[in-house]
Amino acid sequence: MKTICLYFQVHQPFRFRRYRFFDIGESHYYYDDYSNESIMKKVAGRCYLPANQLMLDLIEKYGERFRVAWSVSGIALDQFELYAPEVLESFRKLAATGQVEFLAETYSHSLVSLADPDEFRVQVKEHSDRIESLFGVRPGVFRNTELVYSDDIGAVVADMGYGAMLTEGAKHILGWKSPNYLYYNAVNPRLKLLLKNYKLSDDIAFRFSDRGWGEWPLTAEKYAGWLRDIDKKEEVINLFMDYETFGEHQDVGTGILEFLRALPGELLRHNEFRFATPSEVASLHEPVASMHVPYPISWADEERDLSAWLGNDMQNEAFTKLYELKELVKKTNDTKIMTDWRYLQVSDHFYYMSTKFFSDGEVHKYFNPYESPYDAFINYMNVLSDFARRVNEMVGATETETTMLKRQIRDRDEQLEKLQAEINELREKRKLVATPVVEGEEEVTGSKSSAKASKPSTGSGSAKASKPSGKSVSAKASKPSTGSGSAGKAKPVSRKKAETGEKKPRGSKKA
Amino acid sequence: MFGWEFPPHISGGLGTACYGLTRGMSHISGLEVLFVVPKAWGDEDQSALTLIAADNFPVRKKFIEMKNFLREMTYLEVHSRLVPYMSPEDYAETVNNSEGGSNVYFNTEEIGKLKFTGKYGPDLFQEIANYALVAGVIADDHSFDIIHAHDWLTYPAGMAAKAVSGKPLVIHVHATDFDRSGGSVNPGVFEIEKRGMEAADMIIAVSNLTRTTVIEKYGINPARVVTVYNAVEPLELGEWPEFRKPVNEKIVTFLGRITLQKGPEYFVEAAHKVLMKSDNVRFVMAGSGDLFPRIIRRAASLGIMDRFHFTGFLRGQDVNHMFAISDLYVMPSVSEPFGISPLEAMQSNVPVIISHQSGVSEILKHAIKVDFWDIDAMADAIYGILHYGALSEMFKKHGKTEVDNLKWENSALHVKQVYDAVLAKYY
Repeated sequence: MKTICLYFQVHQPFRFRRYRFFDIGESHYYYDDYSNESIMKKVAGRCYLPANQLMLDLIEKYGERFRVAWSVSGIALDQFELYAPEVLESFRKLAATGQVEFLAETYSHSLVSLADPDEFRVQVKEHSDRIESLFGVRPGVFRNTELVYSDDIGAVVADMGYGAMLTEGAKHILGWKSPNYLYYNAVNPRLKLLLKNYKLSDDIAFRFSDRGWGEWPLTAEKYAGWLRDIDKKEEVINLFMDYETFGEHQDVGTGILEFLRALPGELLRHNEFRFATPSEVASLHEPVASMHVPYPISWADEERDLSAWLGNDMQNEAFTKLYELKELVKKTNDTKIMTDWRYLQVSDHFYYMSTKFFSDGEVHKYFNPYESPYDAFINYMNVLSDFARRVNEMVGATETETTMLKRQIRDRDEQLEKLQAEINELREKRKLVATPVVEGEEEVTGSKSSAKASKPSTGSGSAKASKPSGKSVSAKASKPSTGSGSAGKAKPVSRKKAETGEKKPRGSKKA
Repeated sequence: MFGWEFPPHISGGLGTACYGLTRGMSHISGLEVLFVVPKAWGDEDQSALTLIAADNFPVRKKFIEMKNFLREMTYLEVHSRLVPYMSPEDYAETVNNSEGGSNVYFNTEEIGKLKFTGKYGPDLFQEIANYALVAGVIADDHSFDIIHAHDWLTYPAGMAAKAVSGKPLVIHVHATDFDRSGGSVNPGVFEIEKRGMEAADMIIAVSNLTRTTVIEKYGINPARVVTVYNAVEPLELGEWPEFRKPVNEKIVTFLGRITLQKGPEYFVEAAHKVLMKSDNVRFVMAGSGDLFPRIIRRAASLGIMDRFHFTGFLRGQDVNHMFAISDLYVMPSVSEPFGISPLEAMQSNVPVIISHQSGVSEILKHAIKVDFWDIDAMADAIYGILHYGALSEMFKKHGKTEVDNLKWENSALHVKQVYDAVLAKYY
């Protein structure tokens, strides 16, 4: 019996408004509320809500036999909360059935896995926390933004405790091998890999409504026939696609929702197939081989590589400049900065800058609110410039505050040292005065008035007088060592702190 | 082919386009060009010419061999004072100014040929009519298969040639009076343009923008108008010395006539916006024109004259120099049928910002396109290119390749297809 694994990606970016260079330093609001809200509402009405209802119907109809999984980006969750809370509600209903699974990803739907493993962990954790608090179950399977995967990324994911990960069944990686099995990570064999069957997935996601396609019109019956034709030995068919396929990318009028409604029936009729969520697939099947992916792959375009996001100079510059800010952003510890930081990382911004669509056709164009990649780049860099300024200003401010405090501490230390020396000196004097007890007692007021005048004489006298007595010599010698010694210990420590404290931001500014 | 100036005397884009196109055509076998230009004969070397006397019309014939031309070309010069880009008012002014002073002007009278200007006064339209007369004579004297006329001044000549010879006429619209005048069309010019278009068997427009103007403003059947894009002459490297930038600052350049059509005021406003935010940039306006006083006043009132410079009209080597020191080229044209100069900038590795209202924006991918009136967008693009290094890199990398693929040979082939179609229908 073959396993069918359905996973749908749910994501909407926070689109930037037209942010001109003269807004830099003047306005710190970057988002195009109108298009974000209207697009979210439109897609919710055309896709999320009807498709979720359809899923509920299917679960009701087929009971335990129907399974499905989603990955909802943190950015999409934020927008559901803002603009379409009813979508969240319907996902909660689906979660309550217990037959669906929500996968882990990076909160920002970012490409951070390619930039910084530490920040990657932070964002994955943020997302899993959010999913757990919303749907009550902590994700056990990870899918990276755009299904980006490499051996190293897989190793980090395994290290975070996820048992399985989804990625593309890229032809240039698999060669003659079939994506219809479970594989495992080349570094850490405990991480199982589910590979997208891109041919069968794209038949639905991209070709369904294409009248120029030889197989048009595609019916559930025909499609189920293709699945039945797959070699008996192959185990699992992973159908991964954007959730927006249903009603948005493929219009309702194309019959895509009817197709989806009819498909499970067609597949379950002959008892040849079962549905499973990704974590069920991972436990039901044994991996057959390791998959070796030294260079990152993705689910985009012919090349299945990163060229749609990090394929030209503009994208690389924006990406590097963005992640250079990481350390400083953390230092700010400011909620507004953190929110913008999350939204700046959304992979879509880099997609808009792709020059591939000049040759690569419609898919890129469809998702792009900008007239040209140059336009997208300029707008992004303007926003990023303002963001960097804010971060620097904020860190700069806190920086001067700490250095000020440190200087105060240093001043106090010096003052203490001075006072300590004075005390020691006075003690010394007292010792000298104390030895001839009688004299001192007789002239109390006189000694006070004469103290000023006698200071140098007594001082030198005490030095002379104390020479023979070993005690006072040792006291003198130990004066600088003990007196400044205690301060001396404190000093280098505070200095070190000051140095490291100053170094970090400077270093990261340079980088 | 009825054209305009030919190298070395080129005053604008039309001459460049005629030259490029004929050069491209010289690469097509079985296609011979007889090129006729109106020309005010000056003190040039006359030894090489073959004078064709026909009814008192002086015509000078040359066989010219030019670099990059595969074949020599028959080249006829008709004596005239016509200069392209001239409005009737400009023409009147020129003629009045030269009265009594110009050798060219009196020479004609002295040799007793047609008095092209004197007798009839400073009347451009009469001049055009005379040119048409000469064209008719030329048409009678030479054998050819098709007539090709460039822009309105030669339309009557083309029509006359057609009437005399019975051969089909193709007219080539490089600009219309709607582009030149910014809307206040000269009815006389419009009349000539419209009659030319109506008489033509086929009309070639240099862009879809122009094609639309021809169809909508002149009421021409869309089936008779085709778009053939211009191209650019390949840049010959090493022709001029390396120029170094005098100051360590970014230079943004506007290069073109300072007239309504070219949108210089939008460039000034955008410059002002950019200068408010950055100080290591200078703006240069290279060119001359009737709006110059207004532009300079505006720049002064904005208080940016310390960063905004005028060079006057540049030609030849100076243009190359200007491109060599420019970090960015801006063409904010209000109405530009095609616009070759951004292509020349791109050849020199200069990134370009062009207006959507230019024909060239229809074929360029690696350029930033803005609406001419959208000063914010223009300023933003200028700022972006100057501040975000990856952009210039992208343009340098891809722009040059893109522009190198725009070859006159391809445009010429396209024109040849138009000829073939016309001839197939005609015979």
